[in-house]
Amino acid sequence: MTAKVVTITSGKGGVGKTTATANIAVALAGMGEKVVCIDGDIGLRNLDVVMGLENRIVYDLVDVVEGRARLRQAMIKDKRMPELYLIPAAQTRDKASVSPSDMIKVCNDLRSEFDWVLIDSPAGIERGFRNVIAPADQVLIVTNPEVSAVRDADRIVGLIEAEEKGPGHLIINRVKIEMVKRGDMLSTEDVLDILAIPLIGVIPEDEVILVSTNRGAPAAMEEKSRAGQAFRNIARRLKGEDVPFMSLDDNQGFWQKLTARFARSGG
Amino acid sequence: MSNFFDRLLGRSPRDTSARTAKERLQLVLIHDRTDVPPAVMDLLKDEIITVISRHVDIDREGVEINLTQTQRESRLVANIPLLDAPGGGRKRRR
Repeated sequence: MTAKVVTITSGKGGVGKTTATANIAVALAGMGEKVVCIDGDIGLRNLDVVMGLENRIVYDLVDVVEGRARLRQAMIKDKRMPELYLIPAAQTRDKASVSPSDMIKVCNDLRSEFDWVLIDSPAGIERGFRNVIAPADQVLIVTNPEVSAVRDADRIVGLIEAEEKGPGHLIINRVKIEMVKRGDMLSTEDVLDILAIPLIGVIPEDEVILVSTNRGAPAAMEEKSRAGQAFRNIARRLKGEDVPFMSLDDNQGFWQKLTARFARSGG
Repeated sequence: MSNFFDRLLGRSPRDTSARTAKERLQLVLIHDRTDVPPAVMDLLKDEIITVISRHVDIDREGVEINLTQTQRESRLVANIPLLDAPGGGRKRRR
């Protein structure tokens, strides 16, 4: 096995990096792939709670880097999935306790045992960002259809190209189709026009995400979730499958359907 | 559907907040990507006018200096209208 190292990043905080990492990991593992996630957000770890593994942490990434634990000791197995592991970040240390070459070494040690190494990034473009970009074979850039997130994503696109890790692949997260339709939210096409990088996924806004995060069970585990489906599609595209982008339109609730009907008869 | 909302809210389809967002982003990103802020563009324009006027007569009011972008490549485009020289050689002559 030779794992592919995929870093999930964004520049701006709060756009859904950790959610995307957890869900893509679960989706890949659900397809029988052997996956390990690394939380690269040292000092502000969260991938553990989003994945529901927070109570099982003994050792973390910094323990491994500083020689207090072996890599295998820091790997927490997600018992709900066949082959899914998490290497948590340290919570009481800072980004400078890990270097880009440490990250490259850790990932190289994991490559022979896994199909995928997914790395969740901290927000920002400083040390923590350089740490998670260094080992990446591929970079996924998460953005929201919103001016500040798109501007920051553009900055990341440039930095990734400068590091010769490009082109990054774009995930547009939290799309509200009703707002796009009435011209109050940037569309997928708008964001692609602006950023000019390949698209790998469009995730609709979905309350299931918050509910699943509350429970520590990523939405990609749930058959019915639209966002979960969109994340599963990203996993298939990462594997090289040609998956058409799903229409975000079918997710209309009763009221949306009713107002849509009124709208049609009205115009 | 969007037409309906547009009419309801009394605005044309082009006048949406998403359109405004896109246009603002495109403008700000040109400057972010090139690290040339608008103030530097103004300075550049003044200096280009000064240098070129030393050698040829130009229509100062008509000068346009813009950053443009195709995909992720940026370029500086200058449009500098020249004034015809009085009694210049290219005028129609008998």
